[in-house]
Amino acid sequence: MELSGGEILMESLKEEGVELIFGYPGGAVLHIYDALYQQNSVKHILVRHEQAATHAADGYARATGKPGVVLVTSGPGATNAVTGIATAFMDSIPMVVISGQVQSRFIGSDAFQEVDCVGITRPCVKHNFLVDSLENMADTIKKAFHVATTGRPGPVVIDVPKDFTAPGEKIPFDYPKTVEMRSYSPPTHGHPGQIRKAVDLILSAKQPMIYSGGGVILGNASEQLRAFTRELGYPITQTLMGLGAYPASDKQNIGMLGMHGTYEANIAMHECDVLIAIGARFDDRVTGEVESFCPNAKIIHVDIDPASISKNVTVDVPIVGDVGPVLDAMLEQIKASEKRADPADIATWWSKIKTWQSGDCMKYDLSDTLIKPQAVVESLWRATKGEAYIASDVGQHQMWAAQYYGFDKPNRWINSGGLGTMGFGLPAAMGVALAKPDATVACITGEASIQMCIQELSTCLQYNTPIKIINLNNRYMGMVRQWQEFSYEKRYSHSYMDALPDFVKLAESYGHVGMNIENPSDVDAALDEAFAMKDRLVFMNFVTDQSENVYPMIEAGKGHHEMRLNPARELA
Amino acid sequence: MRHVISILMENEAGALSRVAGLFSARGYNIESLTVAPTDDPTLSRMTIVTSGTERIIEQIIKQLNKLVSVAKLTDLTEVPFIEREIMLVKVRAVDAGREELKRLCDIFRGKILDVTDVSYVVELTGDDHKLRAFLDTVGADNVIEVARSGATGIARGDKSLKV
Repeated sequence: MELSGGEILMESLKEEGVELIFGYPGGAVLHIYDALYQQNSVKHILVRHEQAATHAADGYARATGKPGVVLVTSGPGATNAVTGIATAFMDSIPMVVISGQVQSRFIGSDAFQEVDCVGITRPCVKHNFLVDSLENMADTIKKAFHVATTGRPGPVVIDVPKDFTAPGEKIPFDYPKTVEMRSYSPPTHGHPGQIRKAVDLILSAKQPMIYSGGGVILGNASEQLRAFTRELGYPITQTLMGLGAYPASDKQNIGMLGMHGTYEANIAMHECDVLIAIGARFDDRVTGEVESFCPNAKIIHVDIDPASISKNVTVDVPIVGDVGPVLDAMLEQIKASEKRADPADIATWWSKIKTWQSGDCMKYDLSDTLIKPQAVVESLWRATKGEAYIASDVGQHQMWAAQYYGFDKPNRWINSGGLGTMGFGLPAAMGVALAKPDATVACITGEASIQMCIQELSTCLQYNTPIKIINLNNRYMGMVRQWQEFSYEKRYSHSYMDALPDFVKLAESYGHVGMNIENPSDVDAALDEAFAMKDRLVFMNFVTDQSENVYPMIEAGKGHHEMRLNPARELA
Repeated sequence: MRHVISILMENEAGALSRVAGLFSARGYNIESLTVAPTDDPTLSRMTIVTSGTERIIEQIIKQLNKLVSVAKLTDLTEVPFIEREIMLVKVRAVDAGREELKRLCDIFRGKILDVTDVSYVVELTGDDHKLRAFLDTVGADNVIEVARSGATGIARGDKSLKV
């Protein structure tokens, strides 16, 4: 079969099992778009801005575990995509971005719409390629998907000069069956000796903690985590990225940890004697001040990326490997072992945790007149029976979503944890809805974040993605305002949102349903009404309490044991 | 502490910038960096001289290993190894100093490559220590220009860095 470069690209995507790509055409990718037009296996979603293409592909990937695929043109197409690529990179999301490039003979001549895409994206991709010949096109695509999806996943960019996709030049096409890269061999199974050491430590603990992260979801190892945790009966805390891997509603779960985690999770981290970190990377938002992090604990760390180990916190028993097989191996050894932690010790440990839990750190005061954002999230859980896919933007609403929407299943919580990208929520929700047409999908956002990719309301209409937008509108960049309240004596420098659009009219002008909700007593009914409209996008503008803060909070430079609680709780 | 790290990487466009970019993005030191193809034309060998705490060196090695273009890597400082660098130095050579410089060159096993009425160009090979010792001995007043290659290195014994 003789094909042109553009056709090879489309055939290769088909071979990789790609069903959906997100993109935006332009000069350098015209040949590719022409090849796209003439085939039926790959469906293209036309976004309104390339940033949204990457976020949508990212949402698709997070919900399905499959790589998200993006197609953008050279120059501004590529640079617009960078924010989304960096977002995926920070959260280790598998993604393949195909960017057009000017003709190979013009590279370096400052040609129209030329940027050094490989150079610009280098620090925020797992790897990138500049296709150097038509002959190497298929092989490069094969490698790109391999690198993006194996080991610690991540985005891979393929920069494709226009001349290599021209319809006139055809070569025989045979998609490679295997891929060989001598310089890339991601680890799989953990070292048996290390696993033995870890199990020994786990079974001799007095005050153990399991701390699991996004790696469990990326490694598709939620079942193994559940079996492991239940066999041990130990408390578990999950990171922002790991929510849902272990059910929030289970009694062994003591909530999220970190800057806005629960009091009990953070205090338990501070007091534990054995910490079992699984697919988590000791991010600064989790550890707080590193000097006072888990001062009494021996630390076991399971991670597929050797560079994650002892990067921020020195660990005692590192295990480099895929979390699933490592958890399987640990569980097998635990079951085979006669040794167990002293039940009296574990009972004492649990009773300490119960005492910390009794403070009810997540309780907040309701109001008859002002809508509390936390209450909206709790109502959303009720209206969706906790089954929705929740895409979030970045800020206070993101933390409330994480805190109050109890995720019982993995891949349901879609948020930009590492990079913290405002504007992520709407396109990501769109990507989820396209990946899971039968699922309930909501986007929790704020009036600041939503405006950063608001143009995607148009894409949502075109492709009929009936997501429900929960806009927690407090007329502030709430998280910025909160830090200014705590650390800058309430000098609210540029954190207010003035001249806001009428979101109801805005939604309607895009062809959607808009709702304005101002009274606490209307929240439940409005949500029920919105979710009853199964085939419509509903933009729900909740006018919320402007002064509400996210609690508990570990402020910068503080340790896990120095949490700032909701003032209402401190008085109680 | 000073470390000398040798890397075998795919000899392809942009490979050098992946390494250089990693060092600048993560704020690691580079004292010197040399790169050239090996006997296998598909592989380049790079030698990086860097310094940092044990923890930073460990991270540097892990982050380098993580680069998809890097095939193999060794921290030469962990084993007995040989380090060499070439230096070309232009020195002032006038009057009685000309004779003295010639003698110094012999002592340091250097070669004089170029001669004018007032200057020599001297070629010197050695480790960082030796090259600096030569410059110190000649004295800053007499040094006109220095061009150093950066260090390269290889482990002693029969073990090798090979893919």
